[in-house]
Amino acid sequence: MKILVFAEADNGAPVTSTLELLTKARALGDVEAAYVGSDVDAVAAAVGEYGATKLYTADSQGSLVGVVGASLIAAVIAVGQPDLVLFAQTYDGRDAVGRLSARIDRPVLTNGYSVTVDGDSVSIGAQVFGGRVLVETQFTGPTPHLAAIRPKSFVAEPSGGAAATIEQVDLGETGRSTEAKVLDHHVEEREGPKLEEATIVVSGGRGIGSAESYGPLVDELAQLLKGASGASRAIVDAGWVPYSKQVGQTGKTVKPKLYIALGISGATQHLVGMKGSDNIIAINKDAEAPIFSVADLGVVGDVQKVVPKLIEALKAKS
Amino acid sequence: MNILVCVKQIPDPATPGELTAEHTLKREAKLILDESDSFGVEMALQLVDKAGGGDVTLISVAPNGEVSGLRTALAMGAAKAVLVSDPSLSGSDSLSTAKVIAKAVERVGDADLLLTATESTDGYTGTIPAQVAELLDWPSLTFAKQVTIADGKVTIQRQTEAGYDVVEASLPAVVSVTAGVVEPRYPSFKGIMAAKNKPVDAVKPADLGLADDQVGWAGARQKITSVEQAPERQAGEKIEDDGTAFEAVVAYLEKLKVV
Repeated sequence: MKILVFAEADNGAPVTSTLELLTKARALGDVEAAYVGSDVDAVAAAVGEYGATKLYTADSQGSLVGVVGASLIAAVIAVGQPDLVLFAQTYDGRDAVGRLSARIDRPVLTNGYSVTVDGDSVSIGAQVFGGRVLVETQFTGPTPHLAAIRPKSFVAEPSGGAAATIEQVDLGETGRSTEAKVLDHHVEEREGPKLEEATIVVSGGRGIGSAESYGPLVDELAQLLKGASGASRAIVDAGWVPYSKQVGQTGKTVKPKLYIALGISGATQHLVGMKGSDNIIAINKDAEAPIFSVADLGVVGDVQKVVPKLIEALKAKS
Repeated sequence: MNILVCVKQIPDPATPGELTAEHTLKREAKLILDESDSFGVEMALQLVDKAGGGDVTLISVAPNGEVSGLRTALAMGAAKAVLVSDPSLSGSDSLSTAKVIAKAVERVGDADLLLTATESTDGYTGTIPAQVAELLDWPSLTFAKQVTIADGKVTIQRQTEAGYDVVEASLPAVVSVTAGVVEPRYPSFKGIMAAKNKPVDAVKPADLGLADDQVGWAGARQKITSVEQAPERQAGEKIEDDGTAFEAVVAYLEKLKVV
């Protein structure tokens, strides 16, 4: 089984979701990677360490890396024909797999949490209905098969392999797809770890009361615990916090050591994104809230009263 | 400025979802407008307003002839809709659906922009905006948290892990908008009454030049091999706050050695 992984990197280092895919892929077959961006030598060394033998690459020339990634992989497929191409279900991974799927007319299985290879057949497992039901789907058409896998589905482990051989690829015709240009990067200051990589996540929902309460309740507690802050879909929809903070089915999957849900009722939409956490604390006014069904410690109470006291007590301890 | 908006009609997300014997989502009860799409409808109405004129046209794909979700979006102010509906669509995957949408876009013609949500609430594959853009050979600007149009170009703030990127492309283009970017208006009584008489162009995939084997289960080229219940997580201790519950939380944090 020849597997190609769409690699993404941040400041010259592959992102964790890329390393997770490489780790899984090398257990299933021969692995190569495709990458669009800078620091190619550093990325080739890092993906090699996780099992990729070759790194196909192309310059983004200011276009969105996922969009260019689709053209890059289409060019690789034209000569190398991998059996399976794996993408992380990230912003750029979704651009890449969507574009590629239409370009080469292959279906894509998304939101995977498992990949099973049996001879020539490939199946992807996905969770539906908030993780209540697990569905296995098998590709029945011609290769290459395309799958997008949710971050945190596998554990990244290095294999100690040598740096991947770099191969620059000529993209050929990209049509109007590369007309969308990135004019500027805006980096927002963030204290503490990334949401998906944090060992502690504190998330807020409607129960925090208002957009203004997010900082003093959710961010403050997250910072005190050296964790990251997240959110339920309800307050993202309400415009209180950006989409990048959303935990759940249509947001991110997190699996921290500790997840603290503040004022979150626990719609299935949310539960699927966090119920894999090692430990869960929930604070919510409604004793019947579904979040309590997954909580190791549930506090039936007003977040706006409990959390300030908790923050005060933690500050007194430190 | 003519803007098309993809709107999906979905089962009420508050009710627990179920699969049919054919492994498709049960859609027996009344379908509603996916809340994710209300942001695109509102954005389209605002952009057309700013441009000083034009139409907002909805595109919806459904195996049955459902229009109630469409009527909600028409009541918000969209001018008309194209509804692609046929039993053959049942089982369609994201690429087949994108093919239908792209053909519907071509049927409407004369569009400057196609707005979508980042993903639907029920299927949430999250790939359709890029797939439709590729099929139309339009640029795709995804995960927008702000959208402006000027001088034949669309500029967005694209959500990233670190903050946002400013991304620009010439029109026509596909833009997917994140939830919460605008505050969707509630339909007025007048809007609801007017929506009843707004044109809905009901077509079948065949009318768009799509063969039966390009949509539905045939077009999806995949089969579901197993469906099972996930193991349930056990609930732990639950306490009522009497003013001192924070102490139990502190004790729990100490037990985990995180403080």
